[in-house]
Amino acid sequence: MPPVIKAVDLRKNYGELRAVDGIDFEIERGECFGLLGPNGAGKTTTVKMLTCALPLSGGDITVEGLSVNEDPRGVKYLLGVCPQEINLDPDFSVLKNLIVYSRYFDIPYSEAKKRADGLINRFHLHDKLDRPIEDLSGGLKKRLLMARALINKPKVLVLDEPTTGLDPQSRRQIWEEVRGMKKNGLTTLLTTHYIEEAELLCDRLVIIDSGKIIEHGTPGQLISKHLEGKGNLEDVFLKLTGKNLRDE
Amino acid sequence: MNSTCILKNISYRARYMWRRNVDVSLVTWKTNVIPPLIEPVLYILAFGIGLGAYVQKISSDGRAYDYLTFLAPGMIAVGVMFHATFDTMYGAFVRLRYQKTFDAVITTPLSAEDILVGEILSGATKGLFAGAAILLIVTLFGLASYPSSLIILPLSALAGLMFASFGLLFAAMAPYIDNLNLPIFLFINPMFLFSGTFFPLDGMPGWVKLAANFLPLTHFVNITRAAAFGRLNPWLFLDLLYMLVLTAGVAYLAVYKMKTRLIK
Repeated sequence: MPPVIKAVDLRKNYGELRAVDGIDFEIERGECFGLLGPNGAGKTTTVKMLTCALPLSGGDITVEGLSVNEDPRGVKYLLGVCPQEINLDPDFSVLKNLIVYSRYFDIPYSEAKKRADGLINRFHLHDKLDRPIEDLSGGLKKRLLMARALINKPKVLVLDEPTTGLDPQSRRQIWEEVRGMKKNGLTTLLTTHYIEEAELLCDRLVIIDSGKIIEHGTPGQLISKHLEGKGNLEDVFLKLTGKNLRDE
Repeated sequence: MNSTCILKNISYRARYMWRRNVDVSLVTWKTNVIPPLIEPVLYILAFGIGLGAYVQKISSDGRAYDYLTFLAPGMIAVGVMFHATFDTMYGAFVRLRYQKTFDAVITTPLSAEDILVGEILSGATKGLFAGAAILLIVTLFGLASYPSSLIILPLSALAGLMFASFGLLFAAMAPYIDNLNLPIFLFINPMFLFSGTFFPLDGMPGWVKLAANFLPLTHFVNITRAAAFGRLNPWLFLDLLYMLVLTAGVAYLAVYKMKTRLIK
């Protein structure tokens, strides 16, 4: 079976800076694929190129055979995007956020309402149905973002650092959801810098640094290759990307 | 990025962005509906009745009018200008920078052009609503003649598009929200004062008259006043033409500028 997503020699330059410097990867149907890297490695830039929010400087990404360069609209119909930043509509209630978002995908109201009700149950949002967004906790906002990403029944779910800034309870709940979706066969792209998250959820992953892929494989393969099976993925990550701080 | 590219990327989906903004206005309807209805009443009290008591009849087109009658169509035009410009200028800036609305919508099947055309349409809708509300008040005070005043409605829609496009262009060019004071001081306020809104430009020095003819509001006021007075004439097609050309040009520029800001 052909891969769902295929990135070939993907590049993004900002002047001299090569934010993404020629990366290739393929995501198979039904797998959870991880994009790991320290801050500033190029994870979010890669995600933004996939979700057609940024034009490519070079290379191509295809989703189900559709190219982001040639048919961005077609690609966007296939994706469910859960962004890193919370960009819910603060003027709308929980339900209205889902309904308004569903319009962007040409989903008629009756169908949108049905899907929204289902997602509200699944993500345990029913207590907060008519609350303004600012009254929601960080975990609830993330759950609503995930629910919103699923309203168009996407072929691929894109999760950009879904648990950053959440408390352990909320994190675990998000992990449960991702595992549930994997069981249902949904293809997922996950970016994270929480290594345990990747170890727990990802079937395969790539580690990127300075816009390049520096390692790829299953979590188990990477541990046995770099640490002879002793230690965890975090040790592999630190071994490969170094211990220097990345925010300077 | 060339011109065909921008036009090609506009689709029916722009209406989803328009609808989103209208829905927000309906949630916060009190702050959107009440001002356009109260403002003209305040103007009529302050300028028409208060100041107007000290002003002799104003002659325009060789006829003499009460100050209040002269002022009324100017108020409609100013209302459309403020509501349409501010909706895109501050509204779009907030949606771009603070609420990250555009970031959310750009990953759905809407293109950047769809989003921005939707913004202009919703700004124009607010302008049209303000124009209609003020026209209603002005009509209740007996200051508009019919049927010619009905033309003010489609004209307000066009002026709404024009000023919403200006607002979006200002939002696209402002690095910070404070920078938006600049177009208010340099563009909106001079138009407010020198577009023939409060007094005829006939008495002003020649260079002021000439400069005023470049201000978009002047042309909108010209047609609105002629309609309210029941004195439409063929020369007004020139004003209409100016508005049409300017609207198309500024709308294009605003979408282009904002797109380059949205997608780097």
